[in-house]
Amino acid sequence: MSETILKIDHLQKQFDSHVILKDVSLSVKKGEVIVIIGPSGCGKSTFLRCINGLEDIQSGDILLENRSIVGNTTQIQKERQRIGMVFQSYDLFPHKTVLDNVTLAPRKVQKRDKAEVEKEGLQLLDRVGLASKQNAYPRQLSGGQKQRVAIVRALAMHPEILLFDEVTAALDPEMVHEVLETMLELARSGNTMLIVTHEMSFARAVADRIVFLDEGGIVEEGTPEEFFEHPKTDRAKKFLASFEYHR
Amino acid sequence: MNRDVIVEYVPLYVEALGRTVHIGLVGILGAILLGLGSSLILYFQVKGFRRLTRAYIELFRNTPLLVQLFFLYFGLPKLGLRITADFCGMLGLALIGGSYMAETFRSGLEAVDRIQFESAKSLGMSPWQTFFYVILPQAVSTSVPGFVANMIFLLKETSVFSAISVMDLMFTAKDLIGMEYKTMEALTLLVVFYLIMLLPVSVLGSLVERRVRYGSYGD
Repeated sequence: MSETILKIDHLQKQFDSHVILKDVSLSVKKGEVIVIIGPSGCGKSTFLRCINGLEDIQSGDILLENRSIVGNTTQIQKERQRIGMVFQSYDLFPHKTVLDNVTLAPRKVQKRDKAEVEKEGLQLLDRVGLASKQNAYPRQLSGGQKQRVAIVRALAMHPEILLFDEVTAALDPEMVHEVLETMLELARSGNTMLIVTHEMSFARAVADRIVFLDEGGIVEEGTPEEFFEHPKTDRAKKFLASFEYHR
Repeated sequence: MNRDVIVEYVPLYVEALGRTVHIGLVGILGAILLGLGSSLILYFQVKGFRRLTRAYIELFRNTPLLVQLFFLYFGLPKLGLRITADFCGMLGLALIGGSYMAETFRSGLEAVDRIQFESAKSLGMSPWQTFFYVILPQAVSTSVPGFVANMIFLLKETSVFSAISVMDLMFTAKDLIGMEYKTMEALTLLVVFYLIMLLPVSVLGSLVERRVRYGSYGD
């Protein structure tokens, strides 16, 4: 856990004159799990979307192993395949079976062999306990199962960095656990992950580093212990207090 | 009703059916191509072609096929283009059908969640791959019911071809009635032959519908 794999350098994002992210810089080391938390509307999701090229940025740079991945050239699109993303609303392809969802991109984008990709896809599905659902269609799955398939679909591309954008926010409470377990397992096996979540106990368990984002900027960052036990800024204290209930 | 008359007429109707189906299928094929092209222009808002496509669709959707056929059949020769009645029928069917198919396909495309683009992009798919493997199959499956309805509508519309002397089913019936006054036999056969042409399309249509919609919508 030493070399920097992803570096966000003075990133600025705005919609017209409305500034979403101002001067955000962050270095991510290989194998590091970073959880980004903050009040809604603070720009967390936009931040992940910028990294994955789903939003254009106005200034600053995003470097993947020292090479910029800002822009839309074919070369950059190719580089970006090294970053996988899982969305809040799963966004599986509804017309394809579970296994086809998983194997489509590796086959068509990476031009890998069908048999090999299917074998790997099945192993990955097995890892999240869904091998038996390989021929099911997304609509036949529960929310938690869909989200695990979405994670497997991202994994099948062999990404070096995984982005998770509030992946449990749309799930029923009893489904949340199975998805978070899957993510914990991925974190333990050394994946580099950037996670946006509102699940504080999960954040604490999974994170190597917590980044607290508010009003488009990084307000505070530190280890989970530092952040949750001894938040330094008033804004972080106020945010954490909003998760507590007193009678 | 006279059975001998019916037996005598059947071969004439069979021939007319063949011609009707031939013109109908070629026309519908043209309609599919025109409709698909138009819907893509509208969906991707292709500059320069959008207005023209919109004008084409509104013009042909909002005028009767018969009027269009008259324009083609009597108008084109004035421009020095000589076309046969059969070809005129195909062309007319393709043009009016294209305007209907365009709207059907476009609504199918619009119905695909825009977030599917992001989902595909995050997996590294190119715009072309995204369209071909993700957007189009979903759009097609939503369009199928409308598509089948259009197809039946277009095949029925062939009945106005007789006005430009295409020897289709309708023409044959009118011809026989005019010559021999066997109205009952001629009209009964006409209904039967339209059913022979259209029922399989309906049945096949529902089968295809059920099949392509299986993935997204039901068991």
